[in-house]
Amino acid sequence: MEYMPSLYTAALRMTRNPADAEDLVQETYLKAYRAFAGFTEGTNLKAWLYRILTNTYINTYRAKKRRPEESDIDDLENFYLYRRLGGLEGSTAGRSAEDEVLDHFTETEVKEALEALPEQFRMAVLLGDVEGFSYKEIAEILDVPIGTVMSRLHRGRRALQKRLYEFGRQRGLVSEREGTHG
Amino acid sequence: MDEHCVEAVELLYHYLDGELTDERRVLIQHHLDDCPPCFEAYDFEAELRVVVRQKCVDHVPESLIMRVKAALIEVEQTLE
Repeated sequence: MEYMPSLYTAALRMTRNPADAEDLVQETYLKAYRAFAGFTEGTNLKAWLYRILTNTYINTYRAKKRRPEESDIDDLENFYLYRRLGGLEGSTAGRSAEDEVLDHFTETEVKEALEALPEQFRMAVLLGDVEGFSYKEIAEILDVPIGTVMSRLHRGRRALQKRLYEFGRQRGLVSEREGTHG
Repeated sequence: MDEHCVEAVELLYHYLDGELTDERRVLIQHHLDDCPPCFEAYDFEAELRVVVRQKCVDHVPESLIMRVKAALIEVEQTLE
């Protein structure tokens, strides 16, 4: 059960609901157990489990809801958050004020920011940044081309930053700046 | 911002994800060594990623572990 904590975390971010997340994890283990004969020794066990988790989520839990959201989010620039915190202009050496803002985000805010992303982007960011899978592994787990993985992951990260910036502004962690750089 | 900065901004995620060719990775690395603003920006992104990973952790309920174990034992028994 060594992967249970990360599978549970992923299930929570996917379903956004503890009861569904628990059911999803249990179902994943049962399917994995039954399918274990089909698992090839030497391949990545964690990625294999995530593939089962993802497919189960898509086939079961997502079907409960209305049509999956169409994947549309703003196309934002790189360094979205950093620019708005005043970075990229007049940087100073050492640990900067921008970096310190990051410490103030709570676990709840980070989780909510991730859960607010449209599903395709949320899955890519979850697999890439929370679980640390490579582009190739994510492509296999989600069964999409690598180019699609990159597009979803990069756009999802920028959208996540936008959400964090909004939280930061609401809490007064960052001040609204006049205009933005670039 | 010169052309190298523009390239560094563009390739940010490919670099941090370790998905660049060696040749391009070395070029970006050299630029970051020479350009404090780009270095700071990259450093911020790397730190943000650590923060996201560290703050997205959930405690697995003990009841779930018990439930899954019980379910697996049940399947095992039906298979025997």
